[in-house]
Amino acid sequence: MSLLRVENLSKSFGGVTAVADLSFTIEPGAIYSIIGPNGAGKTTVINLISGIFRPSSGRIFFEDQDVTGLPPYELAGRGLSRIFQNLQVFANMTALENVMVGYHLHCDRRFLPALLRLPHIVRGDAACRDFAAELMASVGLGDYVHAEASMLPYGALKRLEIARALATRPKMLLLDEPAAGLNPAETDAIDGLIKGIAESGVTVLLVEHDMRLVMGISDRILVLDHGRWLASGTAQEVRRNPEVVAAYLGGDARER
Amino acid sequence: MSGLWTPRRGGLIALASVIAVLPLFLQNAFHYDVAILIGLNAIVCVGLNLLIGYAGQISLGHAGFFALGAYASAILTGEHDWPPLAALLGGALGVGLLSFVIARPILKLKGHYLAMGTLGMGIIISIVLNQEVELTGGPDGMPVPSFVLFGWKPAGELTWYALVGGLLLATVWLALNLIDSPVGRALRAVHGSETAAEVMGIDTTRYKVQVFVVSAVLASLSGSLFAHYAGFISPAEGEFFRSIELVTMVVLGGMASTFGAVVGAAILTLVPQLLAAFHDYEMLLFGAVLMGMMIFLRKGLVPSLAQLLRERRK
Amino acid sequence: MLAEFLQFLFSGVTVGAIYALVGLGFSIIFNSSRVINFAQGEFVMIGGMATVFLMGGGLPMPLAILLAIVIATAVGIALERFAVEPARGASVVTLIIITIGASIFLRGAAQVIWDRNFHSMPPFTGDRPIEIAGATILPQGLWVLGCTLLIVVGLRVFFRHSLTGKAMLAASYNPLAAQLAGIDTRRLLLISFALASGLGATAGILIAPIALTYANVGVMLGLKGFSAAIVGGLGNPMGAIAGGLVVGIAEAMTAGYLSSAYKDAVAFVIILAVLFFLPNGLFGRPGGEAP
Repeated sequence: MSLLRVENLSKSFGGVTAVADLSFTIEPGAIYSIIGPNGAGKTTVINLISGIFRPSSGRIFFEDQDVTGLPPYELAGRGLSRIFQNLQVFANMTALENVMVGYHLHCDRRFLPALLRLPHIVRGDAACRDFAAELMASVGLGDYVHAEASMLPYGALKRLEIARALATRPKMLLLDEPAAGLNPAETDAIDGLIKGIAESGVTVLLVEHDMRLVMGISDRILVLDHGRWLASGTAQEVRRNPEVVAAYLGGDARER
Repeated sequence: MSGLWTPRRGGLIALASVIAVLPLFLQNAFHYDVAILIGLNAIVCVGLNLLIGYAGQISLGHAGFFALGAYASAILTGEHDWPPLAALLGGALGVGLLSFVIARPILKLKGHYLAMGTLGMGIIISIVLNQEVELTGGPDGMPVPSFVLFGWKPAGELTWYALVGGLLLATVWLALNLIDSPVGRALRAVHGSETAAEVMGIDTTRYKVQVFVVSAVLASLSGSLFAHYAGFISPAEGEFFRSIELVTMVVLGGMASTFGAVVGAAILTLVPQLLAAFHDYEMLLFGAVLMGMMIFLRKGLVPSLAQLLRERRK
Repeated sequence: MLAEFLQFLFSGVTVGAIYALVGLGFSIIFNSSRVINFAQGEFVMIGGMATVFLMGGGLPMPLAILLAIVIATAVGIALERFAVEPARGASVVTLIIITIGASIFLRGAAQVIWDRNFHSMPPFTGDRPIEIAGATILPQGLWVLGCTLLIVVGLRVFFRHSLTGKAMLAASYNPLAAQLAGIDTRRLLLISFALASGLGATAGILIAPIALTYANVGVMLGLKGFSAAIVGGLGNPMGAIAGGLVVGIAEAMTAGYLSSAYKDAVAFVIILAVLFFLPNGLFGRPGGEAP
């Protein structure tokens, strides 16, 4: 059984094609990366899979079930979560509360018990708080548990998004440029974090510009060019593919 | 769960104390009247604050729900001899259903557009109340029978004061409960980023609709009580200007602060009473006060004061 | 039948032209500042009331009209300087409350400076109805239409061909880029308030001889103009003209054929219908507020 299967996926915006006839399959447990030059349609693919955009045509299967066109919150319920390239942190909450929101699906979400603050709501919230604090510590945010989210530095916000996404207990995590804007040391740390996430059994789909990061940790790589499939394979295979080299990597990648 | 003294418990105790002690300072019927009006407005504002302050959805039409509740009570008790409690609940149910139907399409709108949509909704309600003369008495309004609860009839200012004060306390308690729960966090997440909230598994539409209905029902309940208390109701209670007054109370007290909503309601109910002494200049001064407060206290009173206190302590 | 229809159409177009002028003001201010100016109706009131009282003080009509427009424009500029400018960057709700505060303040001021009574103003030229195909139109109605047409043409020329007008359009599409290109956006803000208040006052003066004028006349007129702006697509000045006509005609037809009691509700039903089904207005540019 594949975890995610994309068949002939296309998306156009007012006549401009962003993704065209794209098909690929992701097996559980892997780190899968999508790369490509700017404007290749990588973020659009992530937005399509996570339900932010509806595809113009094509189908998406999660655990062999057709999930095409489902809203993001239903996909989250099935075990799909993501982080955003342009951060979407809840700036009106503390860092801890951000992560607690991630745990939403595993809480009692009914209105009436919440209104009356029944004992199990109080217990559930305490458990949720502990879980979130632990999760924050595990991604290296232990110092920021009680900080207002709006006060966190940029690098910490990236990790906060990851912690929040992990709090949903996903089967698959979509990471849209987790290293963008980070310095080399921070990028290395993120590298370790992603590996750890994969080892814990969460399948990772990574979109990233930092080639060193991608080549180092990906089990498989898909190369997009102008929204179309260009190549796919292991890091070695992709690196040697002349079409990829010509279209995108150039001499720069071979040096690395 | 650390200790007995949490901010929410402290706030509740403080509010209860104020409500309990205030009668010592109320010297005549007029004072009680103002205090009761503050309580009724505060009940609406606590609900409206859940919608505006926490979930981040504007409404410029909530006076419409207040008036609908008031008219439901007036008509059902006055014309159809319903017991007042049944009329109050019937009105709340009706307003709940109406707001539920309106909520889905209207809450798809954002920002300025939501403001305009709710404004249109409120004005339509107020026009209907003005025009359905046979039902509502039109612009002249209609009398409302006294409130009777299982044979008990709240009479006199102190009784009404206790009733409204108790209900306000209960409303604040419920609101605080809601905010400090998965539902409350979901509402604030909707305010923070709707897209991210969806990705976290939050059905944003559902929560927006729920909180819209809750705020409308609270407005309706308060309206019903107001109708019985005042003994008379006119479409002026549902006018566009009343909606603005309610929103201003919430914003002035401080968005996303339940106690702020109560403070805002108190101040903005008091100001016109104080300005009434200036007769012809009342409107002019009220407009100036409104502008001034919004320009200089953008964050609202309670958050601004809290910030000031924190800085002092440092 | 036809005569009746024409009669409704005439009155709809006349009042629609007034809504259009008010809606234009809304759009111009929204474009330059993203502020929904709820005090727009008060400019209409100031125009009418000032003219009436200046004439009462002995000024000849043309001079009174001119002076009234100058007064309203000055008020518009003051509103921008002392209420909107200090609150830049505040939230949508805060700005809405500020302009509503301004509207209450101006109404209160009008009651103090002038009075609380209803006033009528003589028509510009005669009051004998002109007959067209069985329906009649007042000469003042023609004045309304003529002046509106003139203003629309004038504004089109202003936005298309004058440097300031083009800068205003550019700034509304992309404020940051406009600022980087060296456009003084603060000056544009002042100009837009001046323009909007002048337009509002003109509308108030044109309609005063047909309807009565009083301190609270601006409330409904303002809200109707507002719905004109939304129907046309918020921030689309030429759309506001069409929006005004749509609202005015729909209102007159409702009053004529259905129920005059619900005439005032028409504008707001249209607001909801447009927002629900055509979120960018009839002529708005799409993609205004993407998720």
